[in-house]
Amino acid sequence: MSEWFAMNGYARYVWPSVAAALIALVWNALRARSLLKQARAEVRRRLASEDES
Amino acid sequence: MSGVKTSAPRAFFLVIQRDLRLAFRRPGEWLQPVAFFAIVTLLFPLALDPEPARLRALAPGALWVAALLSSLLAIEFLYRDDGRDGTLEQFALSGQSFASLLFAKTVAHWFLTGVPLAIAAPIAALALGAPPHSLSGVLLALLLGSVSLSLIGAIGAGLTLGIRRGGALLSLLVLPLSIPTLVFGARATELAIAGASGAELAAPLYLLGALAVLGVTLAPLAAAAAVRISLE
Amino acid sequence: MNWVWLHRFGSPPYFYRWAGRIVPWLAWPAALLILAGLYGGLVLAPADYQQGDGYRIIYVHVPSAWLSLMIYTVMALAAAVGLIWRIKVAHAVAASCAPIGAWFTGVGLVTGMLWGQPMWGTYWEWDPRLVFYLVLLFFYMGYSGLRSAIDDTTRADRAAAVLAIVGAVNVPIVHYSVIWWNSLHQPPSLALTSKPTMPASMYVPLLLLFLGFTLFFYAVMLTRARAEVLRRERGGNWIRAALETTR
Repeated sequence: MSEWFAMNGYARYVWPSVAAALIALVWNALRARSLLKQARAEVRRRLASEDES
Repeated sequence: MSGVKTSAPRAFFLVIQRDLRLAFRRPGEWLQPVAFFAIVTLLFPLALDPEPARLRALAPGALWVAALLSSLLAIEFLYRDDGRDGTLEQFALSGQSFASLLFAKTVAHWFLTGVPLAIAAPIAALALGAPPHSLSGVLLALLLGSVSLSLIGAIGAGLTLGIRRGGALLSLLVLPLSIPTLVFGARATELAIAGASGAELAAPLYLLGALAVLGVTLAPLAAAAAVRISLE
Repeated sequence: MNWVWLHRFGSPPYFYRWAGRIVPWLAWPAALLILAGLYGGLVLAPADYQQGDGYRIIYVHVPSAWLSLMIYTVMALAAAVGLIWRIKVAHAVAASCAPIGAWFTGVGLVTGMLWGQPMWGTYWEWDPRLVFYLVLLFFYMGYSGLRSAIDDTTRADRAAAVLAIVGAVNVPIVHYSVIWWNSLHQPPSLALTSKPTMPASMYVPLLLLFLGFTLFFYAVMLTRARAEVLRRERGGNWIRAALETTR
């Protein structure tokens, strides 16, 4: 296992690369979800205020 | 409006004439970019050790980076005044082809900034240690390259028209698009200074010419679309 | 040619519902493919006979680089559709592409640099591919910059669309000029020569990751586009219905 992590000495290049890709994937997925949630909440607020008036 | 419609070529030349006449009343404005170009090229020998061989090796890059920055500085003037006083709206409503009128403005702008730049470049090249027989090549490279730079700049200026403090954005839009011109232009200049001639020097010049032709065919349409959007 | 389907996708309610239905079908396969591809590439695949384990960067680098170009193409096409047929949904799609494209161009660059250090002995080589992707990153930044500089959404959409199309004409020229420039200046650098044929255990994970990254992009882009559509739509009874019935 630790031998695998060492990547025969290439660990300092391989793992940061993988981490960069994973950060991009996770961040983009979460960001898209939160944008959709925000947009929905905003529309709900607007519709509610329209109903009152 | 008069009943007689001006023919398209006549309208084109009238716009060029008008822009040149307006510019000659205020020579300070279009001489500024050339002065800027001269100052930037002066900075290189001052910042580096002015050893002739090194300066000569650096000259193409210095000339082209300075030319790129100075054309960027100049392009901000292209639509600015006419956008403010409503002339561009009049162009759009004139019944003439909007793209051709704006292209006329770009041609006038090239006469006022591109041509002086191309004339100043051999002098600057001489100061950077280029041999005299290379100067025609330098002139030709900048003459062809500045056509593309003006046309690309016209698109960028159209897109940023009406944006306050659009200068930094303009450079972010225009500079990446100018990279092919920079690559071919600097290569042609480098070859000219190194003493190349004939087919060897012609290759990058042809490529610069091809970029200019491509720019003339496509850029006026894109610039017109961009200005129209900014006027909406 | 029948353009009805285009106009149907151009209708915000239809697009919103359709995208909401299709996103899970993209997102879950994407997650599975990416996990399987990473497992295959980082654990199962054998080490390269020239580059040892260092070559494994390929499994994140090449899919990212591929995405950054594909996203630009999708963005420019969507922008053109939006500009020509005046379809707002297409503009929402184009707007959603740019930030994702910038992210993956960044990942492509960073992983390229991390690959360069062990293979070339330097993080930044003036390699035409690296330079090209750096320019591509500037294109994305300019696009987003123009968009955020214009307050009016319609004007921002149309101006950004013109820029995207101009950029799409320019991207191949930049690519070509950078290669030409490099061939003149660079002594032949240490090329990333791999074996002429990769064994299946090496390229199957790469294929999985290509597919996974692509599906991932469409899932994220469509989710962002749904948010954009909601944000842009003023009034509209369909929103009320859509909020109740779909997720």
